Amino acid sequence: MIAAKDRKIALWNIGVAYTAFLIGTLCGLLQVFIRNDALQLPAWLDYYQILTAHGVLLALIYTAFFIFGFFVTGMSKTLGTFGPKVWLFSWIGFWVTLAGTVLATIMIVSGEASVLYTFYAPLKASGWYYVGLALYVVGTWISSFALIAHYLVWRKAHKGEMSPLFAFMTIATLVLWLIACLGVVATVLFQYIPWAFGWTDTINVELSRSLFWYFGHPLVYFWLLPAYMAWYLIVPKLLGVKVFSDSLARLSFVLFILFSIPVGFHHQLTEPGISNFWKFLQVVLTFMVIVPSLMTAFSMFATFETSGRKKGAKGLFGWFAMLPWKDVRFTSIFIAMAFFIPGGAGGIINASFQLNEVVHNTLWIVGHFHITVGTPVAMTFMGMTFWLIPYLTGRKFTKSMQTLGFVQIITWSIGMLLMSTAQHVLGLLGAPRRTAYSSYNNHPAALEWFDGILTSHVTMAIGGSILFISAMMLMYIVVMTMFLSPKAEKPEDIVEFPLADSDRESSPKFLENWKIWIGIAFALILIAYAIPLSSMIQHAPPGSEGLKTW
Amino acid sequence: MHLHKYEKIWLAFGVAALVVFLSVVGVSAFSHDHTPAGGMETIDPKKVNETAPFDKPGVTQLDDNTYQVAVVSMAFGYNAPELKVPAGKEIIFKVTSTDVVHSFTIDNTKVNLMVVPGQITTKSYTFEKPGKYLILCNEYCGTGHHLMYNEIEVY
Amino acid sequence: MSKKTEEHGVDLRGTLISVFFVGIVIIAMWVAVYLMYVAR
Repeated sequence: MIAAKDRKIALWNIGVAYTAFLIGTLCGLLQVFIRNDALQLPAWLDYYQILTAHGVLLALIYTAFFIFGFFVTGMSKTLGTFGPKVWLFSWIGFWVTLAGTVLATIMIVSGEASVLYTFYAPLKASGWYYVGLALYVVGTWISSFALIAHYLVWRKAHKGEMSPLFAFMTIATLVLWLIACLGVVATVLFQYIPWAFGWTDTINVELSRSLFWYFGHPLVYFWLLPAYMAWYLIVPKLLGVKVFSDSLARLSFVLFILFSIPVGFHHQLTEPGISNFWKFLQVVLTFMVIVPSLMTAFSMFATFETSGRKKGAKGLFGWFAMLPWKDVRFTSIFIAMAFFIPGGAGGIINASFQLNEVVHNTLWIVGHFHITVGTPVAMTFMGMTFWLIPYLTGRKFTKSMQTLGFVQIITWSIGMLLMSTAQHVLGLLGAPRRTAYSSYNNHPAALEWFDGILTSHVTMAIGGSILFISAMMLMYIVVMTMFLSPKAEKPEDIVEFPLADSDRESSPKFLENWKIWIGIAFALILIAYAIPLSSMIQHAPPGSEGLKTW
Repeated sequence: MHLHKYEKIWLAFGVAALVVFLSVVGVSAFSHDHTPAGGMETIDPKKVNETAPFDKPGVTQLDDNTYQVAVVSMAFGYNAPELKVPAGKEIIFKVTSTDVVHSFTIDNTKVNLMVVPGQITTKSYTFEKPGKYLILCNEYCGTGHHLMYNEIEVY
Repeated sequence: MSKKTEEHGVDLRGTLISVFFVGIVIIAMWVAVYLMYVAR
């Protein structure tokens, strides 16, 4: 077990993550019933306020705090106990991120920031909302630099050695995050905050959108990569094998640093102000970032097959039956992976230039991110929660908890399958996203969308309700393993951090030469963004004054 | 760092599929004019109502086979009177906003574009079938977002 | 079995078929939406 004072940092991060999860999923439940026209909100509460809270709390807060809890635990485990400075800055980072979170949440709850988590100008929230977002980013930066410092200390003491794969992947994810945040920091500090506090009158809208999406796409990889870490590092351990290939795992993370950032325009394919050349260039770069995911798919199946054959599996698919299906830590992640197949395929469609017109801002997109971040990432985190919290608290993960864990992941899968399939189909039919209940004055086209059995409001509401029940079961497991389950006294009750070995000695050294990768990443960013962004500044129309339309 | 033979086959297949996808959309976009909505024209968002073509929003016939439809979006509606256009003719939509970001989305067509204040979005589309098409806003624009819609009649 | 397959010590035919299944899902979904795009 890792040092008690490192465990405390991790547990506080996970605690905040699940507080956000509780409120965020409750907001999700309210949404499906409002869309269903089954629920009328009191006058002081608005659909879009709840939608903002749902997005911010789950996509930004739950993910980031859980990820840092995971990173702190793993870095302490693989590189050793934190030194006093790393420990101090990890706490400072935690409190600053939390302060930003609380400030932004207060602004949302008080109705001063119903701008959704994309906060597109010229919708103008209270300036304090943007200050909250800035603090959130700065806090994550402090936490990131603390972990990077911990890694650098280890590197210094182990000259010429490859770092453990967990540490390498953590640093790759943090490098990605730090570079990605430059865009949102630039727009929040230099555009939104001066404008929201009235120091400037107008804002360059197209520039702010582009800077947001410079951040917005790698943001999704900041969620995905920690899940991939579990797939690469935790799953083989549960199967009793090594990491399939240490060098390919490292290479895929390097490719994510290079290609997940210069691609933000694929979220802006149907808008003006960016010429087709630059849109298409970023579409091509987006397709490059699919390659490391194809590599990951191969590594995962190869891990399964290797493990199964080691246990004596025969034939082409005998290994499939040999997988440890009774282990909730594995089954959860397996389901997460399965959801990512249509999830990833949908992402390729979204990024396919003009095909985006079929799906842009329809319910398809909502379905898409519920089977990418909402299941592959979230369910991997759930599967990790089952051992991470007991590992940190030294409590048992009892038999009844394991059974409940199964019920929880299976209900989540069913709920998500119903809801996201309905959303995908509705989106293809044309139903828009981000809308409260509307039949467009009973327009025949709008009534037709919801006419099917699968595409009815009822299916979505049933799916959403099952998801909420599942979320509450998870909350019960979290509270039990955090505070109430019996302490693990006997050795066989002690919950482990399952971390697979990898052949790191055989991996080429250049993979850990960060200067090369960060250099290439910035070169690609310059190629993809320098000219279109400077033309947005040079040929800017008169700016927009802020508006509060809610 | 070596790749398993099967992984090479898989990656070659995957990359080939991606190249085919890109070629299909690229060729269709750039040599058959199927690019997504866009445009580089700008406009003063405060002077939309006095700037052509938005000073007279609606349908204008440009020549025998081309019509222009100018639409002003605002919270929460579209200013575009008498939206009636013929089927089988090229319709050039020009859309801008006087306030926040909106979309201009015509149900069951390729017209699904973002409307950004300060910019003019252009999209060319030819309707095949006559009928009444629902127009709606699919980008969050405020309390009345879900009530922002209109209709275009194709004859 | 080729030399390279032996290097990893296991037979990965099941893996190859499985990833091709993933590839087919990707292609099928993409083609379906492409056809919808063309039809609109």
